[in-house]
Amino acid sequence: MSTHSITLTINGRRYAGTAESRHTLSDFLRVEAGYTGVHVGCEHGVCGACTVIVDGKAVRSCLMLAVQADGAAVTTAEGLAAPDGTLHPVQQALRDEHALQCGFCTPGVLMTLAALTANDAKPDEEALTAALSGHICRCTGYQGLRRAARRLAGAKP
Amino acid sequence: MKPAPFDYEAPASIEAACALLAEAGGGATVLAGGQTLMPLLALRMSQPFILVDINKIPALHGVARTGNATRIGPATKQCEGLENPLLAEHLPVLVQALRHVGHHQTRNRGTIGGSIALGEPAAEMPATAVALGAEIEIASIRGRRRVKAEDFYLGPYLTVLEPDELVVGIDYPDWPKGHITLFRELAQRPGDFALVGFVGALAVEGGKITRAGLAWFGMGPTPIKARQAEAALLGQAPATLDVPAIAALALADTAPFDDHHASAEYRRIVGKRLFSRTLCAALGQKEAA
Ligand code: FES
Ligand code: FES
Repeated sequence: MSTHSITLTINGRRYAGTAESRHTLSDFLRVEAGYTGVHVGCEHGVCGACTVIVDGKAVRSCLMLAVQADGAAVTTAEGLAAPDGTLHPVQQALRDEHALQCGFCTPGVLMTLAALTANDAKPDEEALTAALSGHICRCTGYQGLRRAARRLAGAKP
Repeated sequence: MKPAPFDYEAPASIEAACALLAEAGGGATVLAGGQTLMPLLALRMSQPFILVDINKIPALHGVARTGNATRIGPATKQCEGLENPLLAEHLPVLVQALRHVGHHQTRNRGTIGGSIALGEPAAEMPATAVALGAEIEIASIRGRRRVKAEDFYLGPYLTVLEPDELVVGIDYPDWPKGHITLFRELAQRPGDFALVGFVGALAVEGGKITRAGLAWFGMGPTPIKARQAEAALLGQAPATLDVPAIAALALADTAPFDDHHASAEYRRIVGKRLFSRTLCAALGQKEAA
């Protein structure tokens, strides 16, 4: 068993810590760095709740080792809203479309949609809903999420 | 669950990776994208002593042309493959198949070589390699060898790879410009493993089929090369091809199984129908009812 010193950027802040080889990025972010906005549902890559953005791409943080994130830039749900509390457009879209109930799946969904719409990218509705297939939501029945995706794609919800 | 403890190394060269694999004497596992390995570790179905992460080896990344073939580095991510212009030009059916591998979020880390080396029988990448006639280059401290994709798979998650060996490249021979591509799969939800699927390529020259590559996935313990159908296709004219007969031959090589998702019988019936429909559409024929 080996431990590793790693340094990464989390929501724009430099973070240095140590990780055991077997520690997943999701556990590192939650337990070591305190970003409990990273939700862990299944812990083996099925539910999508743990999705974060690593170097611009939405990935499941339970399917990546913390040591593999050494040097990476990671964004979690905590990094979405502006410092004054103004919601990120993706957060606003989910809110407007009542696309969450218990909120367990929500941080993961937000990160997938935020990655795909970053830098003013305008993916079409089909691409956004296809990407949502990587998330399981036990509450909403997905219709609010689909409407939020339509809104983000620039279509009428 | 949490994985059992292991060591982690991320070597910078193929030689260093092979040395680590040899030294571990079978206790090492190669980590590429991790999108299948990480669940196996979390569920403790896999408990290696050491993980050898190959992502920091530059020679294992990217797509290149080598003579009359296209070489994919095994650590090339699936999302990179989807956007690669060389793959779009030379291996259009592989790009088509890649869209069905896992989910957007897993394609962002999952690798093409990882899927090929793992040998899940219902996965798209192994069957695509078999259908297109790819060759897999393998390295170890004992040297290098090349194995045809059709000879690479022995059973579910079982390949000819020895514990000290590493896949270092997958070479796909060229198919003529404008060749016909075939791809179809049925899964219960997007991103699920296919219940049944197939992938193929047909070269047509002078009004006749001159080359055919066809493989099934989810239809047996390994990707299944449809040898009888391939042989029967040669020399035929696309417009007058007897599609039902070819579909029956294509099914003849399969060995589907029952599981809690679908029965073998269901896989056969649906497989035959999807195959006929896709082949008819690709050849511009009307499908018989
Ligand atoms: S917790 Fe990572 S996919 Fe479910
Ligand atoms: S809002 Fe409860 S799981 Fe999605």
